Amino acid sequence: MITIITEVSKYLMMILFACYTYESFSALQKSASPKRMQPILKRQLIFMFLIHLDAYLVIFAVTGEVRMLGFYAMQVLLICVIQLIYRLLYKKAARLVTNHMCMLLVIGFIILTRLDETKAIRQFTLAVIATVITLLIPFFIRHIHFLHKLPYVYAGIGIALLALVAVAGRTDYGAKLAFTFGPVSLQPSEFIKILFVFFVAAMFYHSTEFKQVIITTILAAAHVIILVLSKDLGSASIFFVTYLVMLYVSTKDVRYLGLGLGAGSLAAVVAYKLFSHVQARVIAWRDPLAVIDHQGYQVSQSLFAIGTGGWFGLGLFQGMPGKIPVADEDFVFAAISEEMGGIFAICVILVCAGCYLMFLNIAMQIHERFYKLIALGLGTTYGFQVFLTVGGVIKFIPSTGVTLPLVSYGGSSLLSTFIIFAIIQGLYIIREDEIIDEEKENIRKNKNRRTKRNGRRADAAQ
Amino acid sequence: MPRSEDGRRRRRDSNREFAVIAYFFIGIFLAMIAYFTYFQIVRSEQFINNPYNTRLDSFAERITRGSIVSDDGTVLAETKTDADGGETRVYPQGRKYAHVIGYADNGKAGMESGYNFELLRSHSFILERVMNEMEGNKNQGDTLVTTLNNDLQSAAYEALGSQKGAVVVLEPETGKILAMVSKPDFDPNSIVTDWNTILANDDQNSVLLNRATQGLYPPGSTFKLVTALEYIREHPNDYKSYSYDCNGSITADNYTLHCFGGSVHGTVDLKTSLEKSCNSSFANIGLSLNLKKYASTSEDLLFNTDLPIQISSSKSRFSLKPDATESEIMATAIGQGTTLVSPLHMALIVSAIENNGALMNPYLADRIENTDGRIVKQYEPSAYGQMMRQKEAKILRGMMRAVVTDGTASALQSDAYKAAGKTGSAEYGTTKGDSHAWFVGYARAKGRQPIAIAVVVEGAGNGGTVAVPIAKTVFDTYFK
Repeated sequence: MITIITEVSKYLMMILFACYTYESFSALQKSASPKRMQPILKRQLIFMFLIHLDAYLVIFAVTGEVRMLGFYAMQVLLICVIQLIYRLLYKKAARLVTNHMCMLLVIGFIILTRLDETKAIRQFTLAVIATVITLLIPFFIRHIHFLHKLPYVYAGIGIALLALVAVAGRTDYGAKLAFTFGPVSLQPSEFIKILFVFFVAAMFYHSTEFKQVIITTILAAAHVIILVLSKDLGSASIFFVTYLVMLYVSTKDVRYLGLGLGAGSLAAVVAYKLFSHVQARVIAWRDPLAVIDHQGYQVSQSLFAIGTGGWFGLGLFQGMPGKIPVADEDFVFAAISEEMGGIFAICVILVCAGCYLMFLNIAMQIHERFYKLIALGLGTTYGFQVFLTVGGVIKFIPSTGVTLPLVSYGGSSLLSTFIIFAIIQGLYIIREDEIIDEEKENIRKNKNRRTKRNGRRADAAQ
Repeated sequence: MPRSEDGRRRRRDSNREFAVIAYFFIGIFLAMIAYFTYFQIVRSEQFINNPYNTRLDSFAERITRGSIVSDDGTVLAETKTDADGGETRVYPQGRKYAHVIGYADNGKAGMESGYNFELLRSHSFILERVMNEMEGNKNQGDTLVTTLNNDLQSAAYEALGSQKGAVVVLEPETGKILAMVSKPDFDPNSIVTDWNTILANDDQNSVLLNRATQGLYPPGSTFKLVTALEYIREHPNDYKSYSYDCNGSITADNYTLHCFGGSVHGTVDLKTSLEKSCNSSFANIGLSLNLKKYASTSEDLLFNTDLPIQISSSKSRFSLKPDATESEIMATAIGQGTTLVSPLHMALIVSAIENNGALMNPYLADRIENTDGRIVKQYEPSAYGQMMRQKEAKILRGMMRAVVTDGTASALQSDAYKAAGKTGSAEYGTTKGDSHAWFVGYARAKGRQPIAIAVVVEGAGNGGTVAVPIAKTVFDTYFK
């Protein structure tokens, strides 16, 4: 009987999520007219709540634990609160971004509950905390006007903290990533990447002259080098790519891009020659089955999961995602693909791509250059991180060990992504202010013109 | 700040660079989705059926493992369930199909391993499946219909007798494998009880090894086909004018190489060199070759490459370096030296020659059927690629035909079919005269699919006297 429930549910969830994804892209097309957006956003919420409900019914059917229903109710409450905050406090925020954030969060809750209930509860608690912490961020972004004046503060804090982790951090899977205070563990690089974006945006907001570029590059390189020395290659490449993108867009000079890519490739080769852990990742990527007992174990397990799951998945609790090392963090995409199916997994990629497009959309629409760069930088960190994690899990690129934002288990990753999304919402609000300003100005101009013209007419009449 | 004069002045900034970056990222996202799709469609089978993938074991809790049958429906493997629900895997044909079908207990091998996923899925009627689920019964797994032909498999199995070795038979135009025999063999029905005995004696016999796909042998004179191909490639217009005066041996670099059995072949051209299998002439040809191109021709023929097949196979080896010594070159040119090849691989090379240079991917599974006989999945012939030009294949065919009409495989002359091929006696080990007997070739007849064959008999000596009769039995059975 349970098999039938999981079978039917997996198809149902897949179809619902495909509908959700379709709506999100039709929303992107029609983003110009808010009236036509309303029904789309509403339907998305309905799809999301149905997926959520269906998944927890399956979880309840399989585990038979009544507390799962309580846990489910609390999650529904959290999603409603997040939706209400943005609807009541921040009417001008982009609701599509809010929906995506909730959708990815829900998928994370589902797969984590299936993998490890304790971690799912922790993740939920952290999501509540993150909601509270980031509650006022859009407000601050809108009203604090000195953010562009502190580039060296951002860089100073960033480099100091990264250096501290490199020296005193805890070692996970060969990389120094985190501090541990009792039960709480903090991964500073997740937050420093936001500071880093602010630093680069502030530097290039003031000037893109050669000297400024040199200073910025040196400080940015310091971030990246410390991360490489901590063996945190995922973060190092995110910082590097983010800097390169921001440099190119600020200077509009393709030569910087070429130079940067050249330097990046060279650095990659040097890193490959110098570090055995880099070689291990590349060996595992080339032919994971050939080295399945050693370096290839994790990637092979991930591909077993994805392959066996196929397009439609094995159904929740019907696979063995527990076999994949760190399935709840870096390899969560494989667990989703195994049990919820390849089509569902592709929709996850598309929703992440939809978030990225919303980041770039605000970067292009907003007029203030500092904010443009902030949106671009945050968008790049987000987009590139999704690329690294999903690409690594499916063996498109060597795996680097980064999380899938909002879905993977992990407080630092969750909180920093909440902050990023809140900042982006702040920018959408500022953009609405700009539009209102422009309209006022246009009205004023028109009035002036009309007064002048009337004056002239009066002159002529005389 | 942001709403400063400065900000306003920059308002008309173009968004071109932003768009470039956005398109670039959309590009990498799409590339990632494309790779994911490619993985699911093309690559996933290889991972799903990997023995390390323990997920499939859990399928067995809900599905009764499906049967495996030959192309005419002869049952090769099936699961019998007793009254208490206990399951036994039964192999009615016993040892005959031991290696190619493999076993499913004590680990898995052969097609039992390669098609594990397919055997553990059920596509029986949906209502029946729902009923079974409700009642807590197992569903019957799908049936795997192989390309294997019971008549040919029996003929090859009996012809090889008690000797060690392997026989592979396939259709060059489709890639269907019709027979695959490896000896010594084992009884898959009692694999669990025999396991320790088999492993204890395994040093000498390697009973579990499927010699047809995993056995690596020196190719001996069968490799002269590769050497001849390389010579034709280097002399496309004047290969016919090649001439060599054979006095029974050739010496270079203080190394003397003799023709087989002390023969003296006199004046030979390329065709007669192959026909008579003249070692001296081929050593002489080898010394004239461009070694870089020789190596690249061997790679065109899939040396040092994984063979495209669903069950475990070994990579053949060709390791002649451009700075090789003359003695190494001479030995390699006649198929001795360090070159090693599997019987399946040699069968693929001759089937490409038969099929105008085009290699079809060899395959063992014809289709998957549900319990009612409805086809769930049909495996279609697919091309691997062109191994050599049509013209080159045609020249080699002419020479291989002469081996049967005038040369070392004359026993294959028949009215029922036209055979062609190449014999070999591949020396191994250090004792002079110890050699594996080889025959590789094909046979054609009007109105029938041609078939290609590779036969190797370990330590049996002369290919013409030992391996050719086995091929003859198979051809006679097929074209009767």
